[in-house]
Amino acid sequence: MKNSNTPKKELTVQQKINRRSFISFGVFGLMGVAAYKGWNWLYNAPRETAGITAGARAPMRRALNQTELAFRRFFSNNHLVKTYPKSMAAKNVRHNSDVGVKDHFDIAAWKLQVTRSNGEVLQITIDQIKALPKTEIVYDFKCVEGWDQIQYWGGLKMIDFIEHFGLAQEATLAYMGLMTPNRQYQVGLDMPSALHPQTILAYEMNGKPIPGNHGAPLRLIIPVKYGIKNIKRIGSIAFSNNRPPDYWARQGYDYYSGL
Amino acid sequence: MKTIKEKHSLLMRWTHWVNFPVLTIMIWSGAIIYWANDEYSITLFGHTYFKFFPQGFYDKLHIGYRLREGMAFHFLFMWFFALNGVIYLLYTIVSGAWRELLPQRKSFKEAWLVLLHDLHIRKMAPPQNKYNAAQRIAYTAIIVMGFGSLVTGLAIYKPVQFATITWLCGGYHSARVIHFILTIGYVFFFLIHIIQVILAGWNNFRAVVAGFEVVDDNKPEPLTLSPAEDEK
Repeated sequence: MKNSNTPKKELTVQQKINRRSFISFGVFGLMGVAAYKGWNWLYNAPRETAGITAGARAPMRRALNQTELAFRRFFSNNHLVKTYPKSMAAKNVRHNSDVGVKDHFDIAAWKLQVTRSNGEVLQITIDQIKALPKTEIVYDFKCVEGWDQIQYWGGLKMIDFIEHFGLAQEATLAYMGLMTPNRQYQVGLDMPSALHPQTILAYEMNGKPIPGNHGAPLRLIIPVKYGIKNIKRIGSIAFSNNRPPDYWARQGYDYYSGL
Repeated sequence: MKTIKEKHSLLMRWTHWVNFPVLTIMIWSGAIIYWANDEYSITLFGHTYFKFFPQGFYDKLHIGYRLREGMAFHFLFMWFFALNGVIYLLYTIVSGAWRELLPQRKSFKEAWLVLLHDLHIRKMAPPQNKYNAAQRIAYTAIIVMGFGSLVTGLAIYKPVQFATITWLCGGYHSARVIHFILTIGYVFFFLIHIIQVILAGWNNFRAVVAGFEVVDDNKPEPLTLSPAEDEK
Protein backbone atom coordinates (compact mmCIF):
# COMPACT_ATOMS: atom_id res chain seq x y z
CA MET A 1 0.00 0.00 0.00
CA LYS A 2 2.77 2.40 -0.79
CA ASN A 3 0.52 4.68 -2.77
CA SER A 4 -1.91 5.33 0.05
CA ASN A 5 -0.32 8.61 1.01
CA THR A 6 -0.13 10.13 -2.43
CA PRO A 7 -3.19 12.32 -3.03
CA LYS A 8 -5.52 11.33 -5.83
CA LYS A 9 -4.45 13.07 -8.97
CA GLU A 10 -6.68 15.95 -10.05
CA LEU A 11 -8.47 15.18 -13.31
CA THR A 12 -7.33 17.18 -16.30
CA VAL A 13 -9.90 19.38 -18.05
CA GLN A 14 -9.97 16.98 -20.95
CA GLN A 15 -10.66 14.08 -18.60
CA LYS A 16 -13.47 16.02 -16.98
CA ILE A 17 -14.95 16.80 -20.39
CA ASN A 18 -14.72 13.16 -21.41
CA ARG A 19 -16.16 11.90 -18.15
CA ARG A 20 -19.12 14.27 -18.12
CA SER A 21 -19.81 13.71 -21.80
CA PHE A 22 -19.70 9.94 -21.31
CA ILE A 23 -22.15 10.02 -18.40
CA SER A 24 -24.50 12.52 -20.01
CA PHE A 25 -24.61 10.86 -23.41
CA GLY A 26 -24.87 7.48 -21.73
CA VAL A 27 -27.94 8.57 -19.79
CA PHE A 28 -29.28 10.35 -22.87
CA GLY A 29 -28.90 7.21 -24.95
CA LEU A 30 -30.46 4.99 -22.31
CA MET A 31 -33.42 7.32 -21.89
CA GLY A 32 -33.80 7.45 -25.65
CA VAL A 33 -33.89 3.66 -25.86
CA ALA A 34 -36.32 3.52 -22.92
CA ALA A 35 -38.59 6.10 -24.55
CA TYR A 36 -38.52 4.19 -27.83
CA LYS A 37 -39.28 0.90 -26.08
CA GLY A 38 -42.01 2.54 -24.03
CA TRP A 39 -43.62 3.96 -27.13
CA ASN A 40 -43.42 0.62 -28.91
CA TRP A 41 -45.07 -1.06 -25.96
CA LEU A 42 -47.91 1.50 -25.92
CA TYR A 43 -48.35 1.58 -29.69
CA ASN A 44 -48.50 -2.22 -29.96
CA ALA A 45 -50.23 -2.93 -26.65
CA PRO A 46 -52.94 -5.60 -26.83
CA ARG A 47 -56.47 -4.45 -27.50
CA GLU A 48 -58.82 -4.17 -24.55
CA THR A 49 -61.10 -7.11 -23.80
CA ALA A 50 -64.20 -6.43 -25.84
CA GLY A 51 -67.13 -5.52 -23.62
CA ILE A 52 -69.04 -2.29 -23.16
CA THR A 53 -65.99 -0.59 -24.65
CA ALA A 54 -63.80 -2.19 -27.28
CA GLY A 55 -61.40 -1.49 -30.10
CA ALA A 56 -58.82 0.57 -28.22
CA ARG A 57 -55.43 -0.57 -26.93
CA ALA A 58 -55.89 -1.57 -23.27
CA PRO A 59 -53.61 1.13 -21.78
CA MET A 60 -55.13 3.77 -24.07
CA ARG A 61 -58.61 2.84 -22.83
CA ARG A 62 -57.43 3.17 -19.23
CA ALA A 63 -56.05 6.60 -20.11
CA LEU A 64 -59.36 7.68 -21.70
CA ASN A 65 -61.24 6.57 -18.59
CA GLN A 66 -58.85 8.38 -16.25
CA THR A 67 -59.06 11.54 -18.33
CA GLU A 68 -62.86 11.27 -18.15
CA LEU A 69 -62.65 11.26 -14.35
CA ALA A 70 -60.39 14.30 -14.36
CA PHE A 71 -62.68 16.34 -16.60
CA ARG A 72 -65.93 15.21 -14.95
CA ARG A 73 -64.87 17.41 -12.02
CA PHE A 74 -65.41 20.45 -14.20
CA PHE A 75 -68.91 19.43 -15.29
CA SER A 76 -71.68 21.62 -13.96
CA ASN A 77 -75.33 22.23 -14.73
CA ASN A 78 -74.44 25.90 -14.54
CA HIS A 79 -72.18 25.52 -17.58
CA LEU A 80 -74.66 26.07 -20.36
CA VAL A 81 -74.08 25.64 -24.05
CA LYS A 82 -74.05 28.93 -25.93
CA THR A 83 -77.30 29.54 -27.78
CA TYR A 84 -77.95 31.51 -30.96
CA PRO A 85 -80.88 33.30 -32.59
CA LYS A 86 -83.07 31.08 -34.78
CA SER A 87 -82.03 33.06 -37.85
CA MET A 88 -78.52 31.63 -37.55
CA ALA A 89 -79.68 28.00 -37.64
CA ALA A 90 -78.70 25.93 -40.68
CA LYS A 91 -81.49 25.30 -43.19
CA ASN A 92 -79.72 22.22 -44.55
CA VAL A 93 -79.01 20.26 -41.41
CA ARG A 94 -76.01 18.03 -41.92
CA HIS A 95 -76.77 14.34 -42.06
CA ASN A 96 -73.80 12.17 -41.13
CA SER A 97 -74.84 8.68 -40.14
CA ASP A 98 -77.62 6.13 -40.50
CA VAL A 99 -76.49 3.42 -38.12
CA GLY A 100 -79.53 1.81 -36.51
CA VAL A 101 -82.11 3.75 -38.53
CA LYS A 102 -81.71 2.23 -41.98
CA ASP A 103 -84.32 -0.52 -41.79
CA HIS A 104 -88.02 -0.24 -42.48
CA PHE A 105 -89.82 1.31 -39.55
CA ASP A 106 -93.51 1.86 -38.80
CA ILE A 107 -93.55 5.30 -37.26
CA ALA A 108 -97.29 5.09 -36.47
CA ALA A 109 -96.75 2.05 -34.26
CA TRP A 110 -93.82 3.65 -32.41
CA LYS A 111 -93.86 3.81 -28.65
CA LEU A 112 -91.01 4.76 -26.37
CA GLN A 113 -90.21 1.94 -23.98
CA VAL A 114 -88.84 3.02 -20.63
CA THR A 115 -87.67 0.28 -18.30
CA ARG A 116 -88.06 1.19 -14.64
CA SER A 117 -85.92 -0.12 -11.80
CA ASN A 118 -88.63 -2.55 -10.71
CA GLY A 119 -88.73 -4.08 -14.20
CA GLU A 120 -91.95 -2.36 -15.21
CA VAL A 121 -91.86 -1.09 -18.81
CA LEU A 122 -93.60 2.20 -19.60
CA GLN A 123 -94.99 2.57 -23.12
CA ILE A 124 -95.05 6.24 -24.02
CA THR A 125 -96.58 7.63 -27.20
CA ILE A 126 -95.29 10.65 -29.10
CA ASP A 127 -98.55 12.48 -28.31
CA GLN A 128 -97.93 12.06 -24.59
CA ILE A 129 -94.51 13.62 -25.06
CA LYS A 130 -95.75 16.41 -27.31
CA ALA A 131 -98.48 17.27 -24.80
CA LEU A 132 -95.82 18.41 -22.34
CA PRO A 133 -94.18 21.87 -22.44
CA LYS A 134 -91.84 22.22 -25.43
CA THR A 135 -88.29 23.48 -25.08
CA GLU A 136 -86.38 24.85 -28.05
CA ILE A 137 -82.66 25.26 -28.46
CA VAL A 138 -80.47 26.77 -31.18
CA TYR A 139 -76.88 25.77 -30.54
CA ASP A 140 -73.66 24.69 -32.19
CA PHE A 141 -73.86 20.93 -32.77
CA LYS A 142 -70.34 19.48 -32.66
CA CYS A 143 -69.16 16.32 -34.35
CA VAL A 144 -66.25 14.27 -33.11
CA GLU A 145 -64.86 14.55 -36.65
CA GLY A 146 -64.29 18.26 -36.14
CA TRP A 147 -67.19 19.91 -37.98
CA ASP A 148 -69.93 21.83 -36.25
CA GLN A 149 -73.18 23.43 -37.28
CA ILE A 150 -75.68 25.75 -35.64
CA GLN A 151 -78.95 23.81 -35.47
CA TYR A 152 -82.43 24.44 -34.18
CA TRP A 153 -84.17 21.65 -32.27
CA GLY A 154 -87.33 21.45 -30.22
CA GLY A 155 -88.69 18.85 -27.83
CA LEU A 156 -89.14 17.78 -24.26
CA LYS A 157 -86.44 18.54 -21.74
CA MET A 158 -85.01 15.36 -20.28
CA ILE A 159 -85.48 16.65 -16.73
CA ASP A 160 -89.15 17.41 -17.48
CA PHE A 161 -89.53 13.93 -18.96
CA ILE A 162 -87.99 12.34 -15.85
CA GLU A 163 -90.24 14.34 -13.57
CA HIS A 164 -93.48 13.85 -15.50
CA PHE A 165 -93.12 10.09 -15.89
CA GLY A 166 -92.03 9.56 -12.27
CA LEU A 167 -88.49 8.44 -12.99
CA ALA A 168 -86.79 10.38 -10.19
CA GLN A 169 -85.74 7.14 -8.51
CA GLU A 170 -84.16 5.84 -11.72
CA ALA A 171 -82.39 9.16 -12.24
CA THR A 172 -80.36 8.59 -9.08
CA LEU A 173 -78.50 5.76 -10.83
CA ALA A 174 -75.17 6.48 -12.54
CA TYR A 175 -76.12 5.90 -16.19
CA MET A 176 -78.90 6.14 -18.73
CA GLY A 177 -78.89 3.87 -21.77
CA LEU A 178 -80.78 4.57 -25.01
CA MET A 179 -81.25 2.33 -28.05
CA THR A 180 -82.86 2.45 -31.46
CA PRO A 181 -85.93 0.18 -31.89
CA ASN A 182 -83.77 -2.38 -33.73
CA ARG A 183 -81.17 -2.08 -30.93
CA GLN A 184 -78.36 -1.60 -33.47
CA TYR A 185 -77.36 1.85 -32.25
CA GLN A 186 -76.94 2.43 -28.56
CA VAL A 187 -75.83 5.36 -26.44
CA GLY A 188 -74.75 5.34 -22.83
CA LEU A 189 -74.82 8.58 -20.87
CA ASP A 190 -73.48 9.46 -17.46
CA MET A 191 -76.49 10.69 -15.51
CA PRO A 192 -75.19 14.25 -14.88
CA SER A 193 -74.91 14.82 -18.65
CA ALA A 194 -78.28 13.20 -19.32
CA LEU A 195 -79.91 15.47 -16.73
CA HIS A 196 -78.18 18.63 -17.95
CA PRO A 197 -80.87 21.34 -18.35
CA GLN A 198 -80.19 21.56 -22.12
CA THR A 199 -80.60 17.84 -22.83
CA ILE A 200 -83.73 17.35 -24.95
CA LEU A 201 -85.83 14.50 -26.31
CA ALA A 202 -86.34 16.23 -29.64
CA TYR A 203 -89.31 15.80 -31.99
CA GLU A 204 -88.86 18.99 -34.02
CA MET A 205 -86.09 20.28 -36.26
CA ASN A 206 -86.26 23.83 -37.60
CA GLY A 207 -89.80 24.08 -36.16
CA LYS A 208 -91.14 21.03 -38.06
CA PRO A 209 -91.40 17.32 -37.18
CA ILE A 210 -87.98 15.67 -37.46
CA PRO A 211 -87.44 14.01 -40.87
CA GLY A 212 -86.78 10.27 -40.96
CA ASN A 213 -83.04 10.55 -41.67
CA HIS A 214 -82.60 12.85 -38.68
CA GLY A 215 -84.27 10.44 -36.28
CA ALA A 216 -88.07 10.67 -36.40
CA PRO A 217 -90.13 10.51 -34.35
CA LEU A 218 -87.93 11.15 -31.29
CA ARG A 219 -84.18 11.65 -30.99
CA LEU A 220 -81.76 12.84 -28.38
CA ILE A 221 -80.21 16.29 -28.46
CA ILE A 222 -77.51 16.50 -25.84
CA PRO A 223 -75.40 19.63 -26.39
CA VAL A 224 -72.83 18.70 -23.70
CA LYS A 225 -71.76 15.73 -25.84
CA TYR A 226 -70.37 15.14 -29.31
CA GLY A 227 -72.84 14.19 -32.05
CA ILE A 228 -72.17 10.46 -31.61
CA LYS A 229 -74.18 10.55 -28.37
CA ASN A 230 -77.18 12.28 -30.01
CA ILE A 231 -79.02 9.04 -30.82
CA LYS A 232 -81.67 9.12 -33.55
CA ARG A 233 -85.02 7.28 -33.42
CA ILE A 234 -84.96 6.38 -29.74
CA GLY A 235 -86.70 3.07 -29.12
CA SER A 236 -85.94 2.43 -25.49
CA ILE A 237 -84.50 4.03 -22.39
CA ALA A 238 -83.12 2.17 -19.38
CA PHE A 239 -81.19 3.08 -16.24
CA SER A 240 -78.31 1.39 -14.45
CA ASN A 241 -75.26 1.86 -12.28
CA ASN A 242 -73.02 0.28 -14.90
CA ARG A 243 -72.15 1.66 -18.29
CA PRO A 244 -74.89 0.73 -20.78
CA PRO A 245 -73.90 -0.42 -24.30
CA ASP A 246 -72.60 2.35 -26.54
CA TYR A 247 -72.07 1.94 -30.27
CA TRP A 248 -69.06 4.21 -30.71
CA ALA A 249 -67.38 3.29 -27.42
CA ARG A 250 -67.33 -0.23 -28.82
CA GLN A 251 -65.58 1.11 -31.94
CA GLY A 252 -62.69 2.48 -29.89
CA TYR A 253 -64.01 5.96 -29.05
CA ASP A 254 -64.06 7.57 -25.62
CA TYR A 255 -67.14 6.50 -23.65
CA TYR A 256 -67.63 9.94 -22.11
CA SER A 257 -67.20 12.07 -25.26
CA GLY A 258 -68.24 15.17 -23.31
CA LEU A 259 -67.77 18.76 -24.32
CA MET B 1 -6.30 26.32 -22.58
CA LYS B 2 -9.62 24.59 -22.51
CA THR B 3 -12.07 25.35 -19.74
CA ILE B 4 -15.52 24.02 -18.92
CA LYS B 5 -18.29 26.58 -18.92
CA GLU B 6 -21.69 25.59 -17.55
CA LYS B 7 -24.48 26.43 -19.98
CA HIS B 8 -27.79 24.55 -19.61
CA SER B 9 -29.26 23.40 -16.30
CA LEU B 10 -30.25 19.77 -15.85
CA LEU B 11 -33.92 20.67 -15.68
CA MET B 12 -33.79 22.69 -18.88
CA ARG B 13 -32.16 19.73 -20.65
CA TRP B 14 -34.68 17.21 -19.30
CA THR B 15 -37.73 19.26 -20.24
CA HIS B 16 -36.23 20.00 -23.66
CA TRP B 17 -35.71 16.34 -24.47
CA VAL B 18 -39.00 15.21 -22.95
CA ASN B 19 -40.80 17.81 -25.01
CA PHE B 20 -39.31 16.62 -28.28
CA PRO B 21 -40.97 13.17 -28.49
CA VAL B 22 -44.12 14.35 -26.68
CA LEU B 23 -44.68 17.23 -29.10
CA THR B 24 -43.94 14.91 -32.01
CA ILE B 25 -46.70 12.57 -30.82
CA MET B 26 -49.05 15.53 -30.29
CA ILE B 27 -48.45 16.79 -33.83
CA TRP B 28 -48.85 13.32 -35.31
CA SER B 29 -52.05 12.52 -33.40
CA GLY B 30 -53.27 16.05 -34.13
CA ALA B 31 -52.84 15.43 -37.85
CA ILE B 32 -54.90 12.23 -37.50
CA ILE B 33 -57.69 14.21 -35.82
CA TYR B 34 -57.49 17.03 -38.34
CA TRP B 35 -57.81 14.55 -41.21
CA ALA B 36 -61.40 13.75 -40.15
CA ASN B 37 -62.43 17.29 -41.12
CA ASP B 38 -59.57 18.71 -43.16
CA GLU B 39 -61.14 21.98 -44.17
CA TYR B 40 -58.17 24.36 -44.17
CA SER B 41 -56.39 25.71 -47.21
CA ILE B 42 -54.56 28.79 -48.38
CA THR B 43 -57.10 30.37 -50.69
CA LEU B 44 -56.90 33.88 -52.11
CA PHE B 45 -59.51 35.38 -54.44
CA GLY B 46 -61.07 32.00 -55.11
CA HIS B 47 -57.81 30.29 -56.02
CA THR B 48 -56.55 27.57 -53.72
CA TYR B 49 -52.77 27.64 -53.49
CA PHE B 50 -52.36 24.88 -50.95
CA LYS B 51 -54.67 22.41 -49.31
CA PHE B 52 -53.92 21.14 -45.82
CA PHE B 53 -53.00 18.43 -46.52
CA PRO B 54 -52.34 16.78 -49.87
CA GLN B 55 -53.43 13.15 -50.10
CA GLY B 56 -49.82 12.05 -50.54
CA PHE B 57 -48.97 13.48 -47.13
CA TYR B 58 -51.77 11.50 -45.47
CA ASP B 59 -50.85 8.33 -47.34
CA LYS B 60 -47.15 8.58 -46.62
CA LEU B 61 -47.65 9.09 -42.88
CA HIS B 62 -50.58 6.67 -42.67
CA ILE B 63 -52.84 9.40 -41.26
CA GLY B 64 -56.29 8.52 -42.59
CA TYR B 65 -59.17 6.61 -40.93
CA ARG B 66 -57.63 6.57 -37.47
CA LEU B 67 -59.61 9.29 -35.68
CA ARG B 68 -60.39 7.21 -32.57
CA GLU B 69 -56.71 6.34 -32.19
CA GLY B 70 -55.57 9.91 -32.79
CA MET B 71 -57.94 11.24 -30.16
CA ALA B 72 -56.85 8.65 -27.60
CA PHE B 73 -53.17 9.51 -28.08
CA HIS B 74 -53.81 13.26 -28.19
CA PHE B 75 -55.80 13.23 -24.95
CA LEU B 76 -53.19 11.12 -23.17
CA PHE B 77 -50.05 12.96 -24.25
CA MET B 78 -51.64 16.36 -23.67
CA TRP B 79 -51.08 15.68 -19.95
CA PHE B 80 -47.35 15.11 -20.45
CA PHE B 81 -47.06 18.12 -22.76
CA ALA B 82 -48.77 20.36 -20.20
CA LEU B 83 -46.94 18.96 -17.20
CA ASN B 84 -43.55 19.24 -18.87
CA GLY B 85 -44.29 22.81 -19.88
CA VAL B 86 -45.44 23.77 -16.39
CA ILE B 87 -42.30 22.28 -14.83
CA TYR B 88 -40.08 24.18 -17.26
CA LEU B 89 -41.96 27.43 -16.78
CA LEU B 90 -41.92 27.25 -12.97
CA TYR B 91 -38.23 26.41 -12.98
CA THR B 92 -37.41 29.22 -15.37
CA ILE B 93 -39.27 31.73 -13.22
CA VAL B 94 -37.98 30.54 -9.84
CA SER B 95 -34.34 29.98 -10.87
CA GLY B 96 -34.05 33.36 -12.55
CA ALA B 97 -33.14 31.66 -15.84
CA TRP B 98 -35.76 33.88 -17.46
CA ARG B 99 -33.20 36.70 -17.39
CA GLU B 100 -31.18 34.90 -20.05
CA LEU B 101 -34.28 33.95 -22.00
CA LEU B 102 -36.72 36.84 -22.25
CA PRO B 103 -36.10 39.33 -25.07
CA GLN B 104 -34.68 42.66 -23.94
CA ARG B 105 -35.53 46.02 -25.41
CA LYS B 106 -32.45 45.87 -27.62
CA SER B 107 -33.15 42.28 -28.69
CA PHE B 108 -35.54 43.22 -31.45
CA LYS B 109 -32.96 45.46 -33.12
CA GLU B 110 -30.13 43.03 -32.47
CA ALA B 111 -32.04 40.04 -33.80
CA TRP B 112 -31.88 41.66 -37.21
CA LEU B 113 -28.09 41.91 -36.94
CA VAL B 114 -27.94 38.27 -35.83
CA LEU B 115 -29.95 37.30 -38.87
CA LEU B 116 -27.65 39.24 -41.20
CA HIS B 117 -24.67 37.62 -39.50
CA ASP B 118 -26.14 34.12 -39.80
CA LEU B 119 -26.84 34.70 -43.48
CA HIS B 120 -23.19 35.74 -43.95
CA ILE B 121 -24.19 39.23 -45.00
CA ARG B 122 -22.48 40.79 -42.00
CA LYS B 123 -19.25 39.77 -40.35
CA MET B 124 -20.01 40.98 -36.84
CA ALA B 125 -22.60 39.59 -34.47
CA PRO B 126 -23.86 41.56 -31.47
CA PRO B 127 -22.37 40.51 -28.12
CA GLN B 128 -24.40 37.96 -26.22
CA ASN B 129 -24.57 35.86 -23.12
CA LYS B 130 -26.24 32.44 -23.15
CA TYR B 131 -28.62 33.25 -25.98
CA ASN B 132 -28.32 35.82 -28.73
CA ALA B 133 -31.12 38.24 -29.47
CA ALA B 134 -32.72 36.05 -32.13
CA GLN B 135 -32.65 33.06 -29.82
CA ARG B 136 -34.19 35.05 -26.99
CA ILE B 137 -37.10 35.98 -29.24
CA ALA B 138 -37.47 32.52 -30.79
CA TYR B 139 -37.23 30.55 -27.54
CA THR B 140 -39.59 32.86 -25.69
CA ALA B 141 -42.03 32.73 -28.60
CA ILE B 142 -42.02 28.94 -28.59
CA ILE B 143 -42.96 28.91 -24.89
CA VAL B 144 -45.78 31.36 -25.54
CA MET B 145 -46.87 29.18 -28.47
CA GLY B 146 -46.90 26.11 -26.24
CA PHE B 147 -49.12 27.93 -23.78
CA GLY B 148 -51.31 28.99 -26.71
CA SER B 149 -51.66 25.38 -27.87
CA LEU B 150 -52.71 24.35 -24.39
CA VAL B 151 -55.32 27.10 -24.08
CA THR B 152 -56.77 26.73 -27.59
CA GLY B 153 -56.68 22.95 -27.15
CA LEU B 154 -58.75 23.23 -23.99
CA ALA B 155 -61.12 25.60 -25.80
CA ILE B 156 -61.73 22.98 -28.50
CA TYR B 157 -61.72 19.97 -26.16
CA LYS B 158 -64.26 21.26 -23.59
CA PRO B 159 -66.01 24.24 -25.18
CA VAL B 160 -68.95 23.91 -22.78
CA GLN B 161 -67.19 23.40 -19.45
CA PHE B 162 -64.53 25.98 -20.37
CA ALA B 163 -66.75 28.28 -22.39
CA THR B 164 -64.89 31.33 -21.10
CA ILE B 165 -61.62 30.05 -22.54
CA THR B 166 -63.33 29.31 -25.86
CA TRP B 167 -64.72 32.83 -25.83
CA LEU B 168 -61.27 34.27 -25.08
CA CYS B 169 -59.91 32.35 -28.08
CA GLY B 170 -62.49 34.06 -30.27
CA GLY B 171 -64.89 31.12 -30.39
CA TYR B 172 -64.73 27.47 -31.38
CA HIS B 173 -63.68 28.03 -35.01
CA SER B 174 -61.06 30.60 -34.13
CA ALA B 175 -59.60 28.38 -31.40
CA ARG B 176 -59.34 25.52 -33.88
CA VAL B 177 -57.62 27.72 -36.48
CA ILE B 178 -55.13 29.11 -33.93
CA HIS B 179 -54.45 25.59 -32.65
CA PHE B 180 -53.71 24.53 -36.22
CA ILE B 181 -51.52 27.53 -37.09
CA LEU B 182 -49.47 27.08 -33.91
CA THR B 183 -48.82 23.49 -34.95
CA ILE B 184 -47.62 24.59 -38.38
CA GLY B 185 -45.45 27.08 -36.48
CA TYR B 186 -43.80 24.26 -34.50
CA VAL B 187 -42.91 22.48 -37.70
CA PHE B 188 -41.24 25.61 -39.11
CA PHE B 189 -39.52 26.25 -35.79
CA PHE B 190 -38.23 22.69 -35.80
CA LEU B 191 -36.80 22.98 -39.32
CA ILE B 192 -34.93 26.21 -38.59
CA HIS B 193 -33.89 24.93 -35.18
CA ILE B 194 -32.33 21.80 -36.68
CA ILE B 195 -30.45 23.79 -39.34
CA GLN B 196 -29.14 26.19 -36.70
CA VAL B 197 -28.09 23.36 -34.40
CA ILE B 198 -26.18 21.69 -37.23
CA LEU B 199 -24.51 24.97 -38.17
CA ALA B 200 -23.66 25.79 -34.55
CA GLY B 201 -21.72 22.57 -34.22
CA TRP B 202 -20.86 19.95 -31.67
CA ASN B 203 -19.94 22.16 -28.72
CA ASN B 204 -23.37 23.77 -28.82
CA PHE B 205 -25.23 20.46 -29.21
CA ARG B 206 -23.27 18.77 -26.45
CA ALA B 207 -24.33 21.55 -24.07
CA VAL B 208 -28.01 20.59 -24.46
CA VAL B 209 -27.18 17.01 -23.45
CA ALA B 210 -24.24 17.37 -21.05
CA GLY B 211 -24.92 20.90 -19.86
CA PHE B 212 -21.51 22.46 -20.46
CA GLU B 213 -19.57 24.12 -23.23
CA VAL B 214 -15.84 23.94 -23.73
CA VAL B 215 -14.17 27.31 -24.08
CA ASP B 216 -10.76 27.26 -25.71
CA ASP B 217 -8.68 30.31 -24.76
CA ASN B 218 -6.26 29.71 -27.61
CA LYS B 219 -9.00 30.12 -30.16
CA PRO B 220 -10.28 33.64 -30.52
CA GLU B 221 -13.93 34.25 -29.64
CA PRO B 222 -16.20 34.85 -32.60
CA LEU B 223 -16.19 38.45 -33.70
CA THR B 224 -18.63 40.57 -31.80
CA LEU B 225 -19.32 44.24 -31.75
CA SER B 226 -18.44 46.11 -28.63
CA PRO B 227 -21.42 48.07 -27.29
CA ALA B 228 -19.63 51.28 -28.25
CA GLU B 229 -19.27 50.23 -31.87
CA ASP B 230 -22.83 49.06 -31.85
CA GLU B 231 -24.05 52.55 -31.11
CA LYS B 232 -22.82 53.83 -34.45
